[in-house]
Amino acid sequence: MSGAEGLGASVARKEDRRFLLGRGRYTDDITLPGQTHAVFVRSPHAHATIRSIDASQALKAPGVLAVLTGADVAADDLGGIPCGWTITNKDGSKMVAPPHPALAQGKARHAGDPVAMVIAETRAQAKDAAQLVEVDYGPQPAVAHLNAAVADGAPQVWDEAPGNVCFDWHLGDAAATEAEFAKADRVVSLDLTNNRVAPNAIEPRAANGHFDDVDDRYTLYTTSQNPHLIRLLMGAFTLKVPEHKLRIVAPDVGGGFGSKIFHYAEELLVLWASRRVGRPVKWTSDRSEAFLSDAHGRDHVTHAELALTSDGKFRGLRVRTLANMGAYLSTFAPAIPTYLHATLLSGPYVIPAIYAEVKAIFTNTVLLDAVRGAGRPEATYLLERLVDKAARELGIDRVEIRRQNLIQPNQFPYQTPVALQYDIGDYPATLDMALQAIDYGKFGERKAESAKHGKLRGFGISTYIEACGIAPSALVGALGAGAGLYEAATVRVHPTGSVSVFTGTHSHGQGHETTFAQLVNERLGIPIENIEVVHGDTDRIPFGMGTYGSRSAAVGGSAIYKAIDKIVEKSKKIAAHLLEASVADIEFEDGKFRVAGTDREKTFGEIAFTAYVPHNYPIETTEPGLEDSAFYDPKNFTFPGGCHLVEVEVDPETGVVEVVDVAIADDVGVIINPMIVDGQAHGGLAHGIGQALLEECVYDDDGQLLSGSFMSYCMPRAADLPSFKVGNHVTACTHNPTGIKGVGEVGAIGVPPAVINAVIDALAPLGVTDISMPATPEKVWRAIQAAQGGAA
Amino acid sequence: MATITLQVNGKSHVADVEARTLLVDLLREHLRLTGTHVGCDTSQCGACTVWVDGKSVKSCAMLAVEADGAAVTTIEGLAGNGKLHPMQEAFHTCHGLQCGFCTPGMVMRSVELIQRNPNPTEDEVRHGLEGNFCRCTGYHNIVKAVLMAAESVRGGAQ
Repeated sequence: MSGAEGLGASVARKEDRRFLLGRGRYTDDITLPGQTHAVFVRSPHAHATIRSIDASQALKAPGVLAVLTGADVAADDLGGIPCGWTITNKDGSKMVAPPHPALAQGKARHAGDPVAMVIAETRAQAKDAAQLVEVDYGPQPAVAHLNAAVADGAPQVWDEAPGNVCFDWHLGDAAATEAEFAKADRVVSLDLTNNRVAPNAIEPRAANGHFDDVDDRYTLYTTSQNPHLIRLLMGAFTLKVPEHKLRIVAPDVGGGFGSKIFHYAEELLVLWASRRVGRPVKWTSDRSEAFLSDAHGRDHVTHAELALTSDGKFRGLRVRTLANMGAYLSTFAPAIPTYLHATLLSGPYVIPAIYAEVKAIFTNTVLLDAVRGAGRPEATYLLERLVDKAARELGIDRVEIRRQNLIQPNQFPYQTPVALQYDIGDYPATLDMALQAIDYGKFGERKAESAKHGKLRGFGISTYIEACGIAPSALVGALGAGAGLYEAATVRVHPTGSVSVFTGTHSHGQGHETTFAQLVNERLGIPIENIEVVHGDTDRIPFGMGTYGSRSAAVGGSAIYKAIDKIVEKSKKIAAHLLEASVADIEFEDGKFRVAGTDREKTFGEIAFTAYVPHNYPIETTEPGLEDSAFYDPKNFTFPGGCHLVEVEVDPETGVVEVVDVAIADDVGVIINPMIVDGQAHGGLAHGIGQALLEECVYDDDGQLLSGSFMSYCMPRAADLPSFKVGNHVTACTHNPTGIKGVGEVGAIGVPPAVINAVIDALAPLGVTDISMPATPEKVWRAIQAAQGGAA
Repeated sequence: MATITLQVNGKSHVADVEARTLLVDLLREHLRLTGTHVGCDTSQCGACTVWVDGKSVKSCAMLAVEADGAAVTTIEGLAGNGKLHPMQEAFHTCHGLQCGFCTPGMVMRSVELIQRNPNPTEDEVRHGLEGNFCRCTGYHNIVKAVLMAAESVRGGAQ
């Protein structure tokens, strides 16, 4: 159809009005009758035994209803927070998966580890009383950084994980890679750190739990990207309540970026506490508490080597990575540096042999897991930094070295040496599109102009690939996932022809209420104002896996398409009956069922009405009603890719880096709503530029988080960023019915190495060859001083 | 406890508040005006921006008792008779919001920005929004929306 509201239409969003009027309904906005409030007492130590907890003074404080500790959690047999992915070590053994109690049992293992929970009539009273809980800690030696954690004699986070190793894993053909390196003309190597970042959705996490003893049912409002996953984990592992007694609602959610995927102790505890105190219990995180309790991202230390021929052809890649897990294993933590990182190391290039080794390490820090991009930014960063370094060392143009190694459009499907098979792409096209958008040919003129103002201008490039919609279920199961990765949809056509779509994905900014309605409009021709998209409530939607890894449109949208196929098929039977024709002769186009080659037709609305008022109806063969569901399990990942270009100006006097131009060309597959797709790219770019220049979770050697608030953790602001030039070149995904690939993470994946490559390019005339993320003014200034032989 | 009287969105309220109660808590908890959001605890993020006597203020950085006698406008009071303010309209048209959480503060700040500077440059808009964080949009479409609203308001005034 592709009409005014179908595929390709930049329809303004249906969900905007409530947000613009201040009528969004976020978790903390919900206050239930009899509401009480919870505040957590958290360990100030990175590693400490808990000798005793004295709550007697807190219990006497005004308004206090209960103080709960690890002992109460154990007494009620609450399950530990499970890890949903098991990695198999090189030697065939399984990774170390230590227990993760909801409240610390005898030991705290990171600063911020919850130790006790205070419940009171008001939040202020709970906060006051939390100050009165006396915890007698026995501080232990702690370790926060990867290299320190693997050093001889390092403090041990877990007795069962000697050397702090969670797993020691590898991927690829070591011998074949060794052989390529042995015969290579050149080997280029690089040591890199991928900086630790905090997700920082602007809405802090919150949870409001209510146990209703009349119908023996639990309701949890929580800031989640995947309410059914939370229900599954609570039902099977933590709260241990049958799922039909659990309702999980993720209402309006103020951004996720990965951090709201995981099952967190606090959401379990408010629901459990509600049963204990007999009233609803609400917890809302402070921002400083979020820094100590939301899963962080990245935190890799990597040694990477690229083997090349003398004319710049890639022959082999060897990567050794240490990945920080934090003190416990978050829900999907082990999958991030393995199956979402090492599998991406071929990038968009032909590299005949690749071998990657990943050691996951426990430290006394906050847990780490997926943050926008999740593993793929780390892979892209190391590869694109390495390719740039190779170009410089071999004296080859940075654009040309990429161009000559790109997988060509006629090479698809392309099997990489690291497990993935890319279905389709056109990497030369996105490269050229981006170069044109930034007017690469005139970079020299711009550089000269910048120089007149005392600024060093640099050009940075990154050609990247990512993998979205992780699947199929059978494959991820074989790789260690504890869940399936399909998606579900129910399409309910109402008697008057309006439609409700129930999706298992979740929208927390992505705009599904609009884009999924556009999918229905595309197929059924119904105006989007007559289409409702429902998500986020396990009592209303089918069992689905939620939203992460840029999967919603590609996987969730495909489930909607499958459900619509069933609706159309049934509608044709009804139409055939009404039109007294055979089903095979019925065509469906522009919202009308027509007998092929005639003008005899019925509208979709007439069919819907007939389905629910089946007076004249093929009742012998067809049931009344018009509603169907589908579960879609993808055949493969989708593979968006493209080219990100950045120009920076560096002030050599101050080290300040200004991003002056960003031009990107992505291939995210078929586009539903170009305006929303561009918006997703913009957000990802800001996130990626933030990681490259501003953001870092800094721990001291004792495991104290030094950048634990917005005072010290530098978030990207409007004035830190330019406007972005965003282009798209579409090749449709070949293995799903929508052709969609996914767009939520491309910016965060592609742009960080382009920024750093631009900074290094700007500083290259001064002799600087390396700079790490975030490239803060201090770091840049010191690098300049060191390269110039000054005191840095 | 102190008893204060204030106007909120044109309606008079009398409230008993603790000395430590923040204006944002008065709005959200006492008056149930939950359109004003809290995104941090250090007055950086700007999600709680409202107007106090016509000036944009981070309501997490002001005590409720300081608002005694003041006229407060929140996001719920911006649209008139169900008609979106030109700034709200521009955010909608330009896709200047995604998750919607920073939006109320961003809109309240932006309206004040163009009241003070009816014809801002892109650079002035970007610097004018430094006190408001957005994690979703990369600011690109917010900046576009503010420039569009400024133009629309200028056009309307002519």
